[in-house]
Amino acid sequence: MSLLDQPSSSSLSGGGTTRGQAWGLVGLLAAAVMAWLVFAVWPDWLNAILISKKAFVSAILNGITLAGLYFLVASGFTLIFGLMRNVNLAHGSLYLLGAYIGYEVTNRTGYWLLGVAAGFAVLAIVGVVMQVFVFRRLEGDDLRQTLVSIGISIVAADLMLAVWAGGTYQIATPEWLDGALTLPIITAVRSNGVSVFLTYPLYRVVVLAAAIVIGVGLWLMLHKTRVGMMIRAGVDDRAMLQASGVNVHAVFAIVFAVGAGLAGFAGVVGGSALSVAPGEDVRYLLASLVVVIVGGMGSITGAAIGALLIGLAEQIGLVYFPTYGIVLTFVIMVVTLAVRPQGIMGKAR
Amino acid sequence: MSLAIATNVTPQQNWLERLGAGHIILAVALVLYPLVASDFFLTQIGGYSLIFGMLGLSLMLLAGYGGMVSLAQITVAGIAAYAIAILGSNNSNVLGFGWPWWLAVPFALLSAALASALIGWISVRTEGIYTIMITLAIATATYYFAQQNYAIFNGHSGYAGIRAPAFWGIGWRDARPFYYLCLGLAVLSYAAVLYGSRSTFGMTLQAIRDNPRRMRALGYHVTAHKVFAWALAGIIAGLAGVLLVWFNGRVSPGTIGVDAAIDVLIIAVIGGLRHPIGPFLGAVVVVLMQTFAIDIVGAERFNTLIGMVFLVIVFVSPDGILGLWGRIKPHLAQESLRPGQ
Repeated sequence: MSLLDQPSSSSLSGGGTTRGQAWGLVGLLAAAVMAWLVFAVWPDWLNAILISKKAFVSAILNGITLAGLYFLVASGFTLIFGLMRNVNLAHGSLYLLGAYIGYEVTNRTGYWLLGVAAGFAVLAIVGVVMQVFVFRRLEGDDLRQTLVSIGISIVAADLMLAVWAGGTYQIATPEWLDGALTLPIITAVRSNGVSVFLTYPLYRVVVLAAAIVIGVGLWLMLHKTRVGMMIRAGVDDRAMLQASGVNVHAVFAIVFAVGAGLAGFAGVVGGSALSVAPGEDVRYLLASLVVVIVGGMGSITGAAIGALLIGLAEQIGLVYFPTYGIVLTFVIMVVTLAVRPQGIMGKAR
Repeated sequence: MSLAIATNVTPQQNWLERLGAGHIILAVALVLYPLVASDFFLTQIGGYSLIFGMLGLSLMLLAGYGGMVSLAQITVAGIAAYAIAILGSNNSNVLGFGWPWWLAVPFALLSAALASALIGWISVRTEGIYTIMITLAIATATYYFAQQNYAIFNGHSGYAGIRAPAFWGIGWRDARPFYYLCLGLAVLSYAAVLYGSRSTFGMTLQAIRDNPRRMRALGYHVTAHKVFAWALAGIIAGLAGVLLVWFNGRVSPGTIGVDAAIDVLIIAVIGGLRHPIGPFLGAVVVVLMQTFAIDIVGAERFNTLIGMVFLVIVFVSPDGILGLWGRIKPHLAQESLRPGQ
């Protein structure tokens, strides 16, 4: 946290413990209500209000797994932004390109894991190339970097359309990921006393697990390794990091590689659960934008919180007010901006 | 108009001198353009360029004078267009209150101005590059909302069968009247922006762009000035939206899609964000490319071409065509082309 360069950047953590405790209490209460909603057998009146327990719990689970996917995409976006002040509006294109590459590799080799690895590796290389040949030339000029990334996204979308046409693809998942998992959640009790348990696609659970593992991995990398230390230092004060003798460009390249690679990884993973088609780039760009606006720029934890909020809002909106679902996402963004313009975990700049 | 285009305010000059030779030549050329142009060139090139020029102008007003680069201008225009479809009449059998144009248009402009002010109010809570992100998020969210919602936006198909008004014995959708209508409104907006940039408000806005903290310390209400600029830009974008819906006769989520939002930014950036004429230049270039590049690269790869041109412009000349012009002919780059340096 620099005090010389950015006088306005003061951490808000000193707001007093009572406030923190109050929030903690609210959080605990919410968690208790949530746990009851998920695990208890619902009385009829609740079923009447919320359609059915199955619909509700499915929406929550879908929201959380979608949040995992959004987190994978948005964490790269937020890291790149946090370090380089570079709004990479081509991030959605990176996601889509990763999905297409994953599809091709999986289709040709028959190994899904190879497709996932290829999605990560190829996009990591693409990210480094973008950083070295494009963004480095415009360093310090936020607006032009953003404009260039828009230009890249237009060209990329068009070229991808040329190669893969307008069709919808789905990446085939391996057999060991197919099937459903029976969760210890009772959705209803039949008249003969037999409990009906909720089943959920195994693949989505794996996606969520992968997102959590990667999230924890990213956190460890950022907080426990030397490179992570440099990245965090760069997020706070780039000039000072450079002055300390660190090769900032190498750090930038690493961050870009990780960020773009994660977008590609998410593309393959998301393309297996959902579908790969033109237009998905814009969808995931919007998701990343909203997630980092809500969560706070440059913060991995913020990206996780933002992704969770947006994923849940989207899926709950889909179930309970289908044609106004996007409004919920929008309201979350506006409220966040009104209350905390820098985002939930963001630092005031 | 003579009042409006007072760029070099020297009292001794008469209004002709104040207008400047460039403006007069341009005006004469634009007024006489229908004599040589076919209907296709009048509407598809002329009218379209003027409409998209106005959209770009509304962005230029925000970006050039206010330092706020917005990607939501087409959204604002779309709100005006949807308002015309909903308040006026359409043949989609959804809503359509059948108001006459002279009632529907002011309401459409008002809703555009309000929507724009709201977007502005949301986005001015943060600064700089965040504006692009927030406006892009708003534009995309509005696009998805319009696509999903059938009660207000009639979903994916949108509204069709919207007619331009006919009065004074003229059908305003006919090629020549429509061109002059676009030209008139574009000139009006252009003159208003040029005049406004020299007004107290315009000067204050530019000062806020350059140093918001100092202006706040001097006692100016920074947020109010910015939001007002958004509302003004919303009126210009709304006018463009009304013209657009009259021209196309239909409005759908595709009209306000992300591609369209980015097109407006491309137009403004290719033209140049330093002077109100820039967006119109950019619009002519982009519309000509859109129309004729298809013959060269085929309709399929058009976006690659325009993306490449955009990238080259951003790399070579940050100030767009205007900047190129200023670089090639430095002695012609007048002070008036560089407001607020």
